[in-house]
Amino acid sequence: MDDLLLLAWTLAKILLIAVPLIVAVAFFTLAERKVIGWMQVRLGPTEIGPLALAQPFADTAKMLFKELVMPRNADRFLYILAPLLTLAPAFAAWAVIPFDQGVALSQIDAGLLYLLAMTSLGVYGVILAGWASNSKYAFLGAMRSAAQIVSYEIAMGFALVCVIVASGSLNIEKIVLAQAGNAGFFEWFWLPLLPMFVVYFISGVAETNRAPFDVAEGESEIVAGFHVEYSGAAFAVFFLAEYANMILISLLAAIMFLGGWLSPFQGWIGGFLGEPSFLWLFAKASIFAFCYLWFRATFPRYRYDQIMRLGWKVFIPITIVWVAVIAVLIVAKVVERGV
Amino acid sequence: MNYESYLFLALATLLVIAAGAVVTLRNPVHAAMSLVLTFFTSAMLWILLRAEFLGITLVLVYVGAVMVLFLFVVMMLDINVVPLREGFARYLPVGLLVAGIMAAQMVAVLGGHHFGLERYTAPPAVIEGSNTAALGQLLYTGYVYPFEIAAVILLVAIVAAIALTHRRREGVKLQDPGKQTMVRKADRLRVVKMPSDTREGHGA
Repeated sequence: MDDLLLLAWTLAKILLIAVPLIVAVAFFTLAERKVIGWMQVRLGPTEIGPLALAQPFADTAKMLFKELVMPRNADRFLYILAPLLTLAPAFAAWAVIPFDQGVALSQIDAGLLYLLAMTSLGVYGVILAGWASNSKYAFLGAMRSAAQIVSYEIAMGFALVCVIVASGSLNIEKIVLAQAGNAGFFEWFWLPLLPMFVVYFISGVAETNRAPFDVAEGESEIVAGFHVEYSGAAFAVFFLAEYANMILISLLAAIMFLGGWLSPFQGWIGGFLGEPSFLWLFAKASIFAFCYLWFRATFPRYRYDQIMRLGWKVFIPITIVWVAVIAVLIVAKVVERGV
Repeated sequence: MNYESYLFLALATLLVIAAGAVVTLRNPVHAAMSLVLTFFTSAMLWILLRAEFLGITLVLVYVGAVMVLFLFVVMMLDINVVPLREGFARYLPVGLLVAGIMAAQMVAVLGGHHFGLERYTAPPAVIEGSNTAALGQLLYTGYVYPFEIAAVILLVAIVAAIALTHRRREGVKLQDPGKQTMVRKADRLRVVKMPSDTREGHGA
C-alpha cells in the first residue's frame, strides 16, 4: 500500500514538472517567433487570440491532426522509436533539477552525473531518425549532429568538472548552496569560472543543435536534417524535445554559474529582493533562453569545420587548463570552496 | 520475495534477452542498439546494488559516448551481413571451446571451495554518505598507484591509437584558420581605376 502511495505521489510530482514544461515549450515557440520578428523589424504572429497567445495551441492542434507519412523503405521500428528516444532523456533529465531549496523530484547524490548521462542519451534519437528514415539528407544531418554532440559534450563535461571542483559536490542543490554568501552575485561561480561559464553556454547551444550551430538541420543545404522525413505528431515530438532541452540548458546555466534560486542582492538589502526564491531561478533562466533567440536572429550559421575546430581546439584546451587553475585557486585559498 | 528481487529478476531477464539479441539480430544497427540496451540494463543492476556512481558512469561513458561512435561507424560502413555468416559453422568449434573454457573458469572462481563467496567478508551493503565520495576516498588513498598506473596506460593507448592512424599526406589542401582570420580587405580586393566609357573620344 505504501509503495502504491509513493508511486502515485511520484507520478503527481512528475506531472507537476512535465505539464508546465510542455506549456513553457509552447509559449517559448511563440516567444521565439515574436522576438526574432521584432529583431528583424517584423511583427511575427499576430492573428490567433489576443497578442497571438493562442498561436502555439493552434500550431499543436494542426500538427497533431496532420497525416503521418512514413517513407516506404524506412526501418519501421527504429523510425517510430527515434522521436521517443529523443524525448525521453530530454524529460528524464528534469528529475534532478531543484527549483528551490528542497524542491526537486529527486535529490540524488550524483545528480550532476545523472544529468550528463541523460543529456548524452538524446543523440541516439537523432542518429536513429537519420538512419531509419532511409534518406540521404536525413542521414547527413544525423552524421553531422552525432559528431557535433559528441565533441561538445567533452567541453561541457569539463566545464562542469570545474563547477564540481569549486563546489565540492555532485549534488545540484549543494552546488547552488555553495554559491550562497553575503556578497550577492559576486559569490556565484560565474566569477571564478568565467571562461567556463562562456564555454558551457556556447557548448549548450551546440549540444541542442541551435543556431549558429544548427548544421544538423541546415535548411539551406540538407532541407531539415535528421527529421526531414517526419511529419505531424512525430515531428512535433522532435520539436518538443529540442525546446525542452533548450529550457533545460538555460536552467542549468543559471543553476551552475548564476546561483540558481539565490538572490543577486543577498546580504546587501533585505526584504523580498534579498530573499532566495524560485522566481530568481526562472528570471535567470529566461535570460539564457532569450540569448538562444538572440543568437538565432543575429549570427549566420557556422561552417562545419569551424564548429569542430571551436569544440576541439579552443574549448577543450581552455576547459582542461581551467580545471587546473581553479584547483590551484582553491588550494591557495584565493577562491573559497563552499560546501 | 520483495520489490527489489522482482526488479532484479525483471532487469536480469531483459539483460539476457538484449545480450542474446546483440549476437543473433541480422541487422548490425539493430544489434548495436541491443548492445546499448544491454549496457543500460546492467547500469540499472549496478544502481540496484547501490553503486550509483558506477551505474551512471557506465551510462555516461559506454552508452553516451562509446556506443554513439560505434553506431556511427556501423552506419557508415553499410556492412554486408551475408559473408560474415558464412564462417559461422567453420568457427563454431573454436567458439564453443572458448566459451567452455570461460565457463569453466567462472565455475572455478565463483563456485569452488577455494574462492567461494563465503570465504570473503561481505562488503558493507550500504555505504554511509555519498557513494562517490567513498569511491574517491578509496581511489586516491589505498589504490592511488594502481589508479595512476591505469590512467597512464590509458594515456599510452590514446597516444598509440593516434600515432598509428595519423598519417601526414602530401598535397592535401587544408584551411589555416589563423590566416583566414588575419585576412584583410586589401589582400583579396583590388580596385582598378578605369576611364569611363562616356568620356570624349569614346562611346557612341
